[in-house]
Amino acid sequence: MIQEFKKVWKPYAIGMLWLLGLLWPLLGVHPDGTMTFQTTFIVWRYILAGSFVCLIIYLIKVSGSLKFIADPISRAVGNIKTTSTALPTWVWITAVLIFALIYPQFTGRYGTDVAINVLLYICLGLGLNVVVGLAGMLDLGYIAFYGVGAYTYAILNTTYGLGFWVCLPLSALTACIAGCIVGYPTLRMRGDYLAIVTLGFGEIIRIILNNWMELTNGPNGILGIKSIGIFLPVFENGFTFEHFWMKKLQLFYYFALGLAIVAAICVQRLNFSRVGRAWESIREDETAAELMGVNTFIYKLLAYAMGAIFAGLAGAFFAARMRFVSPESFTFLESAMVLCMVVLGGMGSIPGIILGVAALIALPEIFREFESYRMLIFGATMVIMMLFRPAGLIPAKRVGTRSEEKEG
Amino acid sequence: MSTQPILELKNVHSGYGSIKALKGISLKVMPGEIVAIIGANGAGKSTTLMTICGIVKVEKGEILYQGKVINKVPPEKLPTMGLCQVPEGRRIFPRLTVMENLRLGAFYRDDTNQIMKDIQYSYEMFPILGERKSQKGGTLSGGEQQMLAIARALMTKPKVLLLDEPSLGLAPIIVQQIFDIISQINKEEGVTILLVEQNANLALQAASRGYVVETGEITLEDEAQALLSNSKIREAYLGE
Ligand SMILES: Nc1ncnc2c1ncn2[C@@H]1O[C@H](COP(=O)(O)OP(=O)(O)O)[C@@H](O)[C@H]1O
Ligand SMILES: [Mg+2]
Repeated sequence: MIQEFKKVWKPYAIGMLWLLGLLWPLLGVHPDGTMTFQTTFIVWRYILAGSFVCLIIYLIKVSGSLKFIADPISRAVGNIKTTSTALPTWVWITAVLIFALIYPQFTGRYGTDVAINVLLYICLGLGLNVVVGLAGMLDLGYIAFYGVGAYTYAILNTTYGLGFWVCLPLSALTACIAGCIVGYPTLRMRGDYLAIVTLGFGEIIRIILNNWMELTNGPNGILGIKSIGIFLPVFENGFTFEHFWMKKLQLFYYFALGLAIVAAICVQRLNFSRVGRAWESIREDETAAELMGVNTFIYKLLAYAMGAIFAGLAGAFFAARMRFVSPESFTFLESAMVLCMVVLGGMGSIPGIILGVAALIALPEIFREFESYRMLIFGATMVIMMLFRPAGLIPAKRVGTRSEEKEG
Repeated sequence: MSTQPILELKNVHSGYGSIKALKGISLKVMPGEIVAIIGANGAGKSTTLMTICGIVKVEKGEILYQGKVINKVPPEKLPTMGLCQVPEGRRIFPRLTVMENLRLGAFYRDDTNQIMKDIQYSYEMFPILGERKSQKGGTLSGGEQQMLAIARALMTKPKVLLLDEPSLGLAPIIVQQIFDIISQINKEEGVTILLVEQNANLALQAASRGYVVETGEITLEDEAQALLSNSKIREAYLGE
């Protein structure tokens, strides 16, 4: 153990000093120009003590003195793993579905509200996954299509009085058209260039929303959007349908759940179709895909349009629930957030994305008290993730799973 | 052998922006032949194949396939016409399985049953691929990847196969194996082959005719045997 300590103490000490250098400007320099060292040192000493304990435990583990505890634990973990992989997929799916169906009965307003958010972001994440995970195009302006969908419903509803159900497909359509318009010129680029251009286009759409006063009411946003209207059967005088405005949060929850399930099924089916195969070949090697007869341009455009459609649907729902939209909801940070969810969960893997979204939406809610350190914790989590699970929480499984392959 | 070439280049010019890589390439490939293109690094061999496949655009001249001009045919259409390339450096899809790589070779086809039979046939032709069918392409060895790249191209049912440096970076014994396969494809399947190689000796032994490319131009063309015994060739490309 002493030998191991000798090996690591130098980088550890350097790391802690570096942290001190980083912490001081954050905590010790005040807006009025004064400088203090007191708080920095206190925080630093806590971190030092904490990380030192972790280091010692790690060293003991490495030198093998902890075998008597570690062995049973790893065996237990292994057992859980084998049983969980032994369970067929449909068991998992039904379990998750049942949980999702009865979830609102157990939580109050707040819990349901968070869950609706999770479901919306699952929809967005699945859409972005088509673009980034399957087709391999880094899109940094994805949230713009969410905005287009939301504004489509907001404008059609407030100025033309169109209902939600009419606007839902229209929102998907306008988002899809926006996706094609942005996609057409940009998709000729590859890699880093594409990322930068999509970033630019995302910002352009946001700025249009912000500045086109007549249409979008600019930064003030659009107020007074109608909620979702539904028809429920009424049995008073015979059997008639009556029109209700959806007000109860639970109904929104179930609607969002339905949307997320539809998105998941679509993405799953696309993934295992000819189209999915074309996307993956483009992600792997565009020129080789072209040589094998894949029309790369059309399929890239299709990926972009599909992603935009999911975002548009989610956007219309967002507008109906909030009953207010403004450009602030569609900033670059949101795009980055959705991208993080996809990467964190595991690109190309649907359960991974669900977990990634849940982690990134739910964790900040749990750690609400540490509001001001949220981004710090967020960043640290991403770094740790990339170190220990570089392919995501649940990496995509890719071993001979396509339907027609079972015969082969 | 019919008298009309299945593939013909007439004074083809192409390049990358201001870089003129091909300055008037003319060559003919007859049905059922193996034709070799040899030349030093950077001579324009790969560019020739990429221009035939439409990835690099023709600036001047004509490419004829089965008597039709294909200058303007988009690259993804060519496999449906029976023209396919095994690109330099193999370029298999590394994170897809062997099986999925082969499926992508048959991308334009929709006869699923026949595709499955053809995949089985590939496994018979390359038993190692059958053993590795659920393994990711990127985890195969260099020789196995080359076999996968050839098998993938064969899935398109080509009439003409363009092969770009199939021996690149492989051990001599593997190279021999690959060349045996190439001859087999040519003899048993009747696939016409245009072969690009730096390994001039092997290429000319497999081929019936050969072209020598230098800085984007054909400088010599002859029967393969004649080129092999040509003293200039022996000096420049066979290291004697
Ligand atoms: N993508 C490219 N962009 C610019 N120039 C290229 C590119 N690829 C090849 N070249 C140039 O074209 C010429 C021919 O290259 P290439 O056809 O690859 O040669 P070979 O395959 O015979 O080694 C070289 O001068 C090379 O530098
Ligand atoms: Mg080359």
